Amino acid sequence: MSTTLTAERPRSQAPVFHVVDEHAHPEGSSTMLGFWIYLMSDCLIFAVLFATYGVLGANYAAGPAPKDLFDLPLVALNTAMLLFSSITYGFAMLAMEKGRVSQTQLWLAVTGLFGAAFLAIELYEFAHLIHIGATPQRSAFLSSFFTLVGTHGLHVTFGLVWLVTLMVQVNKRGLIPANRRRLMCLSLFWHFLDVIWIGVFTFVYLMGMLR
Amino acid sequence: MIDTSTVATHPLFGRLTLESFPYHEPIVVATFVAVVLGGIALVAALSYFRLWGYLWKEWFTTVDHKRIGIMYMVLGLIMLLRGFADAIMMRLQQAMAFGGSEGYLNAHHYDQIFTAHGVIMIFFVAMPFVTGLMNYVVPLQIGARDVSFPFLNNFSFWMTVGGAVLIMVSLFVGEFARTGWLAYPPLSNIAYSPETGVDYYIWALQIAGVGTTLSGINLICTIVKMRAPGMTMMKMPVFTWTSLCTNVLIVASFPILTATLVLLSLDRYVGTNFFTNDLGGSPMMYVNLIWIWGHPEVYILILPVFGIFSEVTSTFSGKKLFGYTSMVYATVVITILSYLVWLHHFFTMGSGASVNSFFGITTMIISIPTGAKIFNWLFTMYRGRIRFELPMMWTVAFMLTFVVGGMTGVLLAVPPADFVLHNSLFLIAHFHNVIIGGVLFGLFAGIYYWWPKAFGFRLDPFWGKVSFWCWVIGFWVAFMPLYVLGLMGVTRRLRVFEDPSLQIWFQIAAVGAVLIAAGIGAFLLQIAVSVWKRRELVDRTGDPWDGRTLEWATSSPPPDYNFAFTPMIHDNDAWWDMKKRGYKRPLGGYKAIHMPSNSGTGVILAGISVVLGFALVWYIWWLAAVSFVALLAAAIHHTFNYHRDFHIPADVVVRTENERTRLLSGQV
Repeated sequence: MSTTLTAERPRSQAPVFHVVDEHAHPEGSSTMLGFWIYLMSDCLIFAVLFATYGVLGANYAAGPAPKDLFDLPLVALNTAMLLFSSITYGFAMLAMEKGRVSQTQLWLAVTGLFGAAFLAIELYEFAHLIHIGATPQRSAFLSSFFTLVGTHGLHVTFGLVWLVTLMVQVNKRGLIPANRRRLMCLSLFWHFLDVIWIGVFTFVYLMGMLR
Repeated sequence: MIDTSTVATHPLFGRLTLESFPYHEPIVVATFVAVVLGGIALVAALSYFRLWGYLWKEWFTTVDHKRIGIMYMVLGLIMLLRGFADAIMMRLQQAMAFGGSEGYLNAHHYDQIFTAHGVIMIFFVAMPFVTGLMNYVVPLQIGARDVSFPFLNNFSFWMTVGGAVLIMVSLFVGEFARTGWLAYPPLSNIAYSPETGVDYYIWALQIAGVGTTLSGINLICTIVKMRAPGMTMMKMPVFTWTSLCTNVLIVASFPILTATLVLLSLDRYVGTNFFTNDLGGSPMMYVNLIWIWGHPEVYILILPVFGIFSEVTSTFSGKKLFGYTSMVYATVVITILSYLVWLHHFFTMGSGASVNSFFGITTMIISIPTGAKIFNWLFTMYRGRIRFELPMMWTVAFMLTFVVGGMTGVLLAVPPADFVLHNSLFLIAHFHNVIIGGVLFGLFAGIYYWWPKAFGFRLDPFWGKVSFWCWVIGFWVAFMPLYVLGLMGVTRRLRVFEDPSLQIWFQIAAVGAVLIAAGIGAFLLQIAVSVWKRRELVDRTGDPWDGRTLEWATSSPPPDYNFAFTPMIHDNDAWWDMKKRGYKRPLGGYKAIHMPSNSGTGVILAGISVVLGFALVWYIWWLAAVSFVALLAAAIHHTFNYHRDFHIPADVVVRTENERTRLLSGQV
């Protein structure tokens, strides 16, 4: 290593101490890394909620247990909605790569509809549980169940608000680099929520039915 | 199960009534009057000198990491005065309340004071100081123009201010928490703390926590992505390394605090049963979660300070840092280990011998990399030409003080010893020994070291030395008696005492607190005197200490763009290397420089967040809803602004650099 360096730069020649050309980091060059780190911090929030569910999830306080409450076919349908929305978001990104604005918008809209359907089913499930008396206040199990699943639902809600905002922005300015970057971030966010949901589905619903 | 709907709430004012204002507490009223008078004087002065526009344009909306760094330091200093006022009130109360005397603070007030003292000192003094120094120094040390996300940086700062504002509001409207600084349930739950105190605590920390987390992400990205060419990871200055590790810790621990406080607020607002005593809740879950954040938090504070000591020791010994590589690895090992020790905060919970042994051993292991650091600093000093300027004095004081704190820490890490000493004043003395003797001494070293860089003149050494000796002696006088009292079994947070033989120790401690007060006074005086004598103390070189790292390569204060040309790095003491090898500052060929634009959105978002927090504290639901929608709308509105940058024209760069050339030639 040192021999090649001396070969390139003879002793007489002074070392280079600064870049002559303006050395700018292009706007948004750290965005994907930054957003990824943000997602990992969000992941920790879910880790805390999962851990809390893991510790308190069996404390039924003589109230209802998962077996009494969960309707697996409904949850399966819900899961399908979210997984489909991830696939359609993928299609939107493929269309974006090809620079097709209207196709991108169409797939984003479909994604939004699947997301909304997921939320509607989740709200229906929550309303049903509360109606039969399985409220978040009833036991530590239900507190942690509602909080874990509800936090995920809140994230999906924010994702929808974000999605609509981005559709307006793509509509106004097209697929400019800034908008592409934003769509990429939302894409990460959306798939991240999918991964979290798979954890919820497995850990809360499937394993809950086994208890 | 508690239902918050049982609390009488007015549709317009929530639970805020005239009784919420503590006008019956004379101490609070006097403070309020003083604050109002001071506030009016400040507003009048700013208006008279027409400074509002300047402040708004040049400071509040700035995205310049240097100005944001300075604003963090100002915030930390203001809150230090508040936090210290709490401290000296406690010392006075404990020195007085013997032999049937109740002292001068009632229990209701005293409990708020010890809670506020802890919360303010950690979240709104130590954190802003540390973040401020990282913000100011890191981009300069890595040869960058700014941080990765300059607007986010401004927003983070204002969210931290927002949290501080909410805590200050609690002094005059309602009350603060009476739970201790970590608000353990069940005491902090609605059944035992139905008032507003814990709610202020929750929302202040949540608002500030958003800022802290985002600033952590920002600085990680900056260090990973924005380093000047040639600066590999193992050529980064040690302060940048410790900052990187600190920010990793911030991002990996503050979300845990956020989630934990969300669960506590659900318990308080919705009536869930996470941390209650009934219906399956577990208060110990909270204690575990809060310390999984809380232990990394103390390393978040100490690691950057270790970086400061490394920079200072090597600069003032005129030597390369001894054992750079081992210093980096020690930092990384501490970062990892800091996640494996949290249970030592509650050995007495009853986890059993195996669990306690595991956490006791991991805790003791942390002292190995820390000890390695101390030896590295000592070996750096060994056979160096040591200059005992103020930063070096603080560093030596740190080494002597911190080692004692470290050893009492290892002592507390032994579970059987901890069973005797936990919750005693021995513990209080231990963590003040490491936080004052470590973090605070280091922050002073850093402030004295980088002040000339930030303002272009040094701080007056005479008043600095007065402050130094008052602080160091004051610390020892104030806290050594607490070790003694702790060994005698006196527990923390007591308001009155029975045993008259203990009084003398509390009186000595109070004397120490007075000495520290003198130290703070001398520090403030020093700033005033230095500003007055700034022409005498001026530094035109940009390198007053014969520094080694890149921040000393540019002018003091640095231009907005930091470096006219991005530096190329060949050595981890980059600037020293440049000086050694005959670096010539370029005198022409300047080009336009791409920079981020200022934005007022950060101030607006943080302002709305404070209103939202206040509304939630007081159950003013309509205001909470309105401010939440406003927050969302303002944030979305901001994303429609695509013009966030501009170019500093080449002729402005030429003018700035020619001015520096003139100054440098005048010096020689």
